[in-house]
Amino acid sequence: MWNIAVKNERTTEDIALGIRRRVFEHAMRNNGGYLSQACSSAEQLAWLYNEELILGAPTLPMIPKPFGGVPHADNPDYHTGAGYNGPFEPEFDRLFIAPAHYALVAYATLIETGRMAAEGLEMFNKDGSSVEMIGAEHSPGMEVHNGTLGIGLSTAAGLAWARKRKGEKGRVWVYMSDGEVQEGQTWEAIQCCAHHRIDNVKAIMDVNRQQCDGAMDSVMEVGDIKTKMENFGAVVVEVDAHNVNDMREAAKTKHDGKPLIILANSNPFHAMPILEERFPRLHYVRFKSEEERARMNISIAESLGVDPIDYAH
Amino acid sequence: MVEMVSRPYERAFEKHALANPEVLCISADLTSSCEIDKFRDNHPDQFLSMGMAEQNMMSFCGGLGLAGYRPFIHTFGVFTYRRPYDQLMASIAYPRRKVRIMGFLPGITTPGGMTHQAIEDISVMRSMPNMTILETGDATEVESICEAADSIDGPVYCRVLRGSMPRLFDTPIKVGEMRELSLGNDVLIVTAGITTEEAMRATKALEAAGVSVRHLHLHTIKPFNAEAILDHINAVKGGVITLENHVTEGGIGSLVAEVMADNGVGKKLRRLGLKDTYAHGGSRAYLMRYYGLDALALTQGVEDLLGQKLGISEADLAEARVDAVHSLAKAEGL
Ligand SMILES: Cc1ncc(C[n+]2csc(CCOP(=O)(O)OP(=O)(O)O)c2C)c(N)n1
Repeated sequence: MWNIAVKNERTTEDIALGIRRRVFEHAMRNNGGYLSQACSSAEQLAWLYNEELILGAPTLPMIPKPFGGVPHADNPDYHTGAGYNGPFEPEFDRLFIAPAHYALVAYATLIETGRMAAEGLEMFNKDGSSVEMIGAEHSPGMEVHNGTLGIGLSTAAGLAWARKRKGEKGRVWVYMSDGEVQEGQTWEAIQCCAHHRIDNVKAIMDVNRQQCDGAMDSVMEVGDIKTKMENFGAVVVEVDAHNVNDMREAAKTKHDGKPLIILANSNPFHAMPILEERFPRLHYVRFKSEEERARMNISIAESLGVDPIDYAH
Repeated sequence: MVEMVSRPYERAFEKHALANPEVLCISADLTSSCEIDKFRDNHPDQFLSMGMAEQNMMSFCGGLGLAGYRPFIHTFGVFTYRRPYDQLMASIAYPRRKVRIMGFLPGITTPGGMTHQAIEDISVMRSMPNMTILETGDATEVESICEAADSIDGPVYCRVLRGSMPRLFDTPIKVGEMRELSLGNDVLIVTAGITTEEAMRATKALEAAGVSVRHLHLHTIKPFNAEAILDHINAVKGGVITLENHVTEGGIGSLVAEVMADNGVGKKLRRLGLKDTYAHGGSRAYLMRYYGLDALALTQGVEDLLGQKLGISEADLAEARVDAVHSLAKAEGL
């Protein structure tokens, strides 16, 4: 299988570092970006793509095509970005990225795992491009439209139920953010999985305890996510989001008749400690001044073991 | 040069809320994106964080309304009616609660793509009994939106602009009225929100090409003054054209069509806007061009309406303002 062939070439840790470096470079050049999400989620996405997901080779061009229109009867050539995750075959997994604002990190992951050319990131948020800031259904690696938070797990549950009925071996993975537990729909989805014994759905949630307005505890407390999810019928395992071994072990957990949800407790400034200065406003880091931008450039470059970005050019 | 105003909502809301203690500031985890972060920090007693849980927020505000408070809900327009439609209907619209819904990033004013672009909100709200709809098209209207909305005896949905914007008008919103921006007699152009600025750009070029333009700007979409617009429709020879930051079904184009049909007006109508399509993510200028929502699209629409070529090109149009993608006027990526 394609993925297995690539799998052992680089370690997941190395891929995570590559993801952070790309997101850092992008944020520096553009005076900001979803930088903290790279801190919290890089190992999770690297692990999914490099180890856990069973995917075929990409079916779409390495350099993404421009925006090709939205679904419509008059647009017969429309397709989603799912091809970057390989073909829809019964044995292959699917992946939905529910928090579509993690797109920058997800695109960097595609590049680091050889599924998209580096040029793809140059197209990020450019007019007429399919590589959208908030991942759209047609953006590389996106399989269904998310971005309105809280819908991903439900769609995955439906697909998983259908795949089970058809006898397909492929699983349905969902990448989730912790802000999604504030939405009622997340709980409806878990309850539904449990009721219909949907156990080919698996989720990993970036529990960085942050949302747009700041620390979740200051915006809307969600309490003990693990216990609540268990009460709704999921099998839940907590891991250190920056420890790949933890994730490997968690994924082996038996969850017959129930969905598996891995809560990845993450640090929103992992590997870029200077970002802590921005706490609790980490959701979208826009540099407040040239001075801050320059200082962060030097500090983060050093943390990531690269040269500072020459963003003036 | 048109005057540019930065973050008028921020000041206007604070002024209005402080003068009206029954006003509550409600937020759904988009506090700085909706320019109420300073208000939260300076007036925590009048601020309520609802988190990212819009369904609960809608019914909760229904409860606040029952107690006599007038909650101002702040989030992106889409999140106020797509997911919590049922709650909006049952807890707010039906009982006529005085809830003021401040819907930011109307239509294609956001690069966030389909899930963030409220392109059918007017249509949805128009078909909801008891709902009032207001839309802002410049800094003066944003400055007066809180007072205008709060004067309504029932729920109100407002399309609110944020960040840096032009000042086109010098009088506040007077609910129920419409602005007469020019009074020619060939074509009637009807616009609202950001399309008004486009129409103003087009008007100069159209006049220069010999077309006498009558231009109306709508800030009050529901209830709508059919009588007033009927006079304007009757005053033009060549027909009516609407341009909206919305799908062409159910918005101001439909509204004008209904008035014309109801009154047996036998004139042509061209409705410009998003034509039965979702949009995608991109800059505002790009999206307005791509989906035919800008001044050039309007001049072409007028050519089509009049059945004559006017020879207006991009160069004949007053220069378009281009918003800086990374404007300091906004704190977030969106
Ligand atoms: C239904 C819905 N409401 C509001 C938003 C706007 N929004 C985008 S991200 C976000 C919260 C971010 O929190 P989280 O999902 O935990 O992401 P993180 O902080 O890790 O980036 C919000 C409120 C949305 N996308 N969808």
